Amino acid sequence: MNLHEYQGKEILASYGVKIQKGKIATTVEEAVAAYGDIVEDSGNDVVVVKAQIHAGGRGKGGGVKLAKNEKELREHAGNILGMMLKTPQTPGGIEGPGKLVRKILIAEDSYAPDFDACKEYYVSILMDRERRQNVVIYSTEGGMNIEEVAEATPHLVFKEYIDPTLGMLPFQSRKIAFNLGLSGSAFKDMVKFITNLYKAFVGSDASLFEINPCLKSANDEIIAVDTKVSLDDNALFRHPDLAVMRDVLEEDPTEVEAKEYGLNYVNLDGNVGCMVNGAGLAMATMDIIKLSGGAPANFLDVGGTADAARVESAFRIILKDPAVKAILINIFGGIVRCDRVAQGIVDAYKSMGNIRVPIIVRLQGTNAEIAKKLIDESGLEVRSAILLQEAADLVSEVLA
Amino acid sequence: MSVLLNSASRVAVQGFTGKEGTFHSEQMIDYGTNIVGGIVPGKGGQKHLGKPVFNTVADSVLQEGVDTTIIFVPPRFAADAIMESADAGVKVIVCITEGIPVQDMVKVKAYLKNRDVRLVGPNCPGIITPGEAKLGIMPGFIHRKGSIGIVSRSGTLTYEAVDQVTKANMGQSTCIGIGGDPIVGTTTKEAVELLMMDPETEGIIMIGEIGGGMEAEAAHWIKAHKTKPVVGFIAGQTAPKGRTMGHAGAIIGGDDDTAEAKMRILEECGIYVVKSPAHIGRTMKEVLAS
Repeated sequence: MNLHEYQGKEILASYGVKIQKGKIATTVEEAVAAYGDIVEDSGNDVVVVKAQIHAGGRGKGGGVKLAKNEKELREHAGNILGMMLKTPQTPGGIEGPGKLVRKILIAEDSYAPDFDACKEYYVSILMDRERRQNVVIYSTEGGMNIEEVAEATPHLVFKEYIDPTLGMLPFQSRKIAFNLGLSGSAFKDMVKFITNLYKAFVGSDASLFEINPCLKSANDEIIAVDTKVSLDDNALFRHPDLAVMRDVLEEDPTEVEAKEYGLNYVNLDGNVGCMVNGAGLAMATMDIIKLSGGAPANFLDVGGTADAARVESAFRIILKDPAVKAILINIFGGIVRCDRVAQGIVDAYKSMGNIRVPIIVRLQGTNAEIAKKLIDESGLEVRSAILLQEAADLVSEVLA
Repeated sequence: MSVLLNSASRVAVQGFTGKEGTFHSEQMIDYGTNIVGGIVPGKGGQKHLGKPVFNTVADSVLQEGVDTTIIFVPPRFAADAIMESADAGVKVIVCITEGIPVQDMVKVKAYLKNRDVRLVGPNCPGIITPGEAKLGIMPGFIHRKGSIGIVSRSGTLTYEAVDQVTKANMGQSTCIGIGGDPIVGTTTKEAVELLMMDPETEGIIMIGEIGGGMEAEAAHWIKAHKTKPVVGFIAGQTAPKGRTMGHAGAIIGGDDDTAEAKMRILEECGIYVVKSPAHIGRTMKEVLAS
């Protein structure tokens, strides 16, 4: 689950990590009120207006602006709230439709009073799949795309692996602060920052923390200026307080609906919809569609129980996409009996009345022959197959 | 011979009396698996499916000589269940449970590191040695005793491969479903290694998918140690970057994670790569005949 910048900062702050302070606003009036509070608190008229969407590169698309006074704040807040923000990471990239900005963060200017005395760093924590342990990745080159930094100057990107049973040890946080070239009170503050950041990562069952930039301010404080936080969905049962941070408005509405039906669905760009039991077979079915001359319109795992109600909701989800020209259903019946699934398909089809695209059903496994007969004798516009290759050939046929 | 599992394995089921545990235990017993009991904390002393129930894994090891466990407990208790089995001296643990938090698995891996135990899974269909024993949720009837070893991160896609092998008049030595999570107990390479050393296995089918570096690691090992042919398939050739495709581990993070990149590495390492999942059985047959 991805979080907004302001939500990630809330988690960090609750673990004692210093953050760029700010307030969230959904209207210009709220933004003005937040501005007043922040100016009073910081003693500085300058604030940053930051669009809150689930995508990076917000500054490039005009979603982050500096406001030097209330007039500028009103102007920027008005412009950013409600805009379709296009960044390299929004769907379709900067050429795409962008994402609607519903919230803005009014944040203090962490670079005051002396911009030139500040220094930006990069810090992230994630789980390294190959090493099977958490790793802190950090760099002296903050505020930039870390992949580009790693490409151009790999010696400036450091990694510190953390022992899962011991957690982060004091020498490790010191090493990080030394490698970042810090000394004096900034060094001490970084040690504290990293220690608490790691506690926050483990404590919230995060899968990614990215602090970029992580700022050394003019008065030698270490501050998280921007955060990207993803949490492990499988661990949310331990964190009801974090689970409520899910912002479904940032997710694909069809995917959200599918989840409510217990379907695992990912919307894609192609023309052939698919409905499969099991994630691996679903990916393999998408591959078959491509090899047959089509392109998959979705990933959809119906899970273990492919009864009529589930099949019908899967049909409805797939058919929401106007690009779909055909649907391939691929079920390997192991514990689930194919004849039951076939009956589910027939019932769902009849209940929906008229399905506008050709349907290919491939049922293999327990009672596959009975299932094929059931489909073939239903009188519906459904082509049936038993072998995967037969299904592939039928996809080519209907697309031709 | 077979790997990890045979008719002599003494199996206990963790989460024995639950709905899933009960259903699949019945199926496993029907298949001939030597299930000697189950573990459900608080239900020790009872009988279920005619077998004794124990409070702890340690009790089942002491009283029934359990050397193999299969886990059906819910995600929040699963990591603990794995470590309990390992602590009790169980040698093979299969964890079926899907949805275990990643940080729990990080701890489990560290816990298992210096112990003489093999974990398969989590989020997997289990292991089957056809004609001997089934330790998992796969449909037994599609299998046939034979000489093809199968390693896979998936459930139903493994069944698909098994079915193709059986329909091509071959059979399976042992099929190992290693699981679809980012952290799994047994890696692709470790499973391939077991089958490569198994004298009854003549050919290996390796089914991978997008995400992580396990297939590349296995491929490099195969290149250096190959004594029998390996057919490979990587699912997710059309998957977009950055999206989780059902399995928690099936997500393209970097360029090395894509199906295309993995297939290229597999090919470079002398594996017979099939582009279509419909050609897995057929290709194995051709490779063995040539």
